[in-house]
Amino acid sequence: MIPIILKILRTGIVSEPAPAAREEWRARSAQIQAGVLKLLGRALVIRHVDAGSCNGCEIELNALNNPYYNLEGLGIRFAASPRHADMLLVTGPVSKHMEQALRIAYDAMPEPRLVVALGDCGRDGGIWGESYATCAGVAKVIPVDVVVPGCPPPPAAILQGILTAIAARGGGDEVT
Amino acid sequence: MRVPGIGLDVRALPGAMPVAHARVDPAQWSEATRLAREDAGRLVALWGADDRDRGRGFAILAALAVRDGLVVIELALDADSPSYPDLSGLFPAADRMQRAAFDLLGIYAQGAADKRPWLRHGAWREGEFPLRRDFDAAAKRENAPDRYPFVRVEGDGVHEIPVGPIHAGIIEPGHFHFSVVGEKVLRLEERLAYTHKGADRRFQDFTVAEGYRLAGRISGDSTVAYAWAYAQAAESLLGIGIPPRAAWLRALMLERERVANHLGDLGALGNDAGLAFGLSQFMRLKEDWLRASAEVFGHRFMMDCIVPGGVTADVAGAHLAALPRQADSIEAESRALQDIFDEHSGIQDRFITAGRVTPDLARKLGLAGLAGRSSAQAFDLRADFPCAPYGELAVKKVVYSAGDVAARVHARFDELHESLRLVREILSRAVPGEIRDGLPASRGGFGVGWVEGWRGEVLVALEADAHGRIRRAHAHDPSWQNWPLIEHAVIGNIVPDFPLINKSFNLSYSGHDG
Repeated sequence: MIPIILKILRTGIVSEPAPAAREEWRARSAQIQAGVLKLLGRALVIRHVDAGSCNGCEIELNALNNPYYNLEGLGIRFAASPRHADMLLVTGPVSKHMEQALRIAYDAMPEPRLVVALGDCGRDGGIWGESYATCAGVAKVIPVDVVVPGCPPPPAAILQGILTAIAARGGGDEVT
Repeated sequence: MRVPGIGLDVRALPGAMPVAHARVDPAQWSEATRLAREDAGRLVALWGADDRDRGRGFAILAALAVRDGLVVIELALDADSPSYPDLSGLFPAADRMQRAAFDLLGIYAQGAADKRPWLRHGAWREGEFPLRRDFDAAAKRENAPDRYPFVRVEGDGVHEIPVGPIHAGIIEPGHFHFSVVGEKVLRLEERLAYTHKGADRRFQDFTVAEGYRLAGRISGDSTVAYAWAYAQAAESLLGIGIPPRAAWLRALMLERERVANHLGDLGALGNDAGLAFGLSQFMRLKEDWLRASAEVFGHRFMMDCIVPGGVTADVAGAHLAALPRQADSIEAESRALQDIFDEHSGIQDRFITAGRVTPDLARKLGLAGLAGRSSAQAFDLRADFPCAPYGELAVKKVVYSAGDVAARVHARFDELHESLRLVREILSRAVPGEIRDGLPASRGGFGVGWVEGWRGEVLVALEADAHGRIRRAHAHDPSWQNWPLIEHAVIGNIVPDFPLINKSFNLSYSGHDG
């Protein structure tokens, strides 16, 4: 136990400040009222769905959980069930074999729900394009709020995409 | 090169690895595979081709690792009844590969027992074959979910737990069908191919010079291994070498990729055994490592840095001193964490005896790569058939025989530290010079690349037409060999140990699904 505690103390706190939102990644104007977004911004639950990625995006998503990014400190965490999630984070070009599972996961989410498409594949199919086996991007299957480009997008960019989706801008109505 | 004991007309392919190609008849196909098996050979990959546009039928190809290197045997198949002798009796790993070859091409193994589809779910219909040249890729198809006939286990108290394709964590999709009694797993059956992206067909939209980008996205965690294997295949096909410095830099990247993955896996294994501290610490080290790769090579995973003809990025200036220094500090931290792991009775209790694959089972079923070496299958291409610069590096092969989660954890620590040594060694010994040669004029031909990635042997086979367009490509992930072993490794274990056992193999879904 003592070596563990000493190691934690010596390591210290390595967390870095969160990046700013990027409005240019917004795919459609916000569908959720700004007041709700403000609440989500303090306790956002994300369900990730790999819809046929090469696993590069998953490595960076896992990296987002490392101490540098302090995700939980920002009130953001990943959940096992779409029924507990406010946001669906989707990677991959949407393989035909994941199309149905992706729809089911989306349908299982309670409203209001946000969708972030991750990476060049999630944006438009990336290098896989549209084929007998792939759907050319997440927006071909479910509505997308924010697209984060990159192959894969590094963790800081993924965080920016998440924060963009919950930023109370892009046409959402203020709640009075 | 020859397969011991048979008079095959083999043609050695030029290139970095000892690879030969032989056209065989059905009798030679059976004989060569039998002799390879008897001589401790391994089936590395199996795939098919449609050559009907060239006035021939179909073809089935098998890559066999034998004492002298890799022999690719190719059997021409009749256009109307394209069948070949079943290999799954000799090499059980052939079973799924043969089913995949049927799903893509409609060629089949005579007498194979399992005729269920493997890659095909609902994206294309029964009787359609996406790799056939007359496949209508543009046709609109109803993407109907299929009903896969899982094997039923019956008896008192047996119940089933279906898991996936979407799993609980941030991982790739696949389906696991458990039959359990109480907490104990009686049987696990896997259903994969949810991430099938039609890679082999997509390759045909690229030229030999371009295809490395697709190869680097077959399995993102092994992008360097795939890009290198692709580059080897392309360079073999074109009959060219690479500048000596490029080979050193490729090895640097391959070892950096191994270090990154092992750091991540060690953290995740600690976490799955209940030590979140291990995850935080190792993920911090991995992040430091990936950031250094981004700074030096311009990409955290070094994607697209290996190209046919060489590499795109060099190490120079302050990086020459910074990278070995970082390897030193990561090693010091990792060794300290290894002591904590070793002395932590809680996680050792979870690791030891969990998910055991005995050396005998590993040999019979052909367990590959890191997991294979943890079950006494002592194969490592970097040591067995060292291409430049590995011949000068004397890679220490890491072998354990316990075959449990603990062995796979030990193997990761040892390989991590060996790779950190290699990183330092490469940086101090790499010769100066050019890093990339231009490519010669396009030409047709066949080439194979074969690289020991962090998970195991990655193979890329490449065939081009006279204009340099890819005519047929096949990328093979060692996960093909190892997925079936997880079904065995979990038998008799409790369900809650499955995530830990699965993680200790850490297989690629995307690499397998293609």
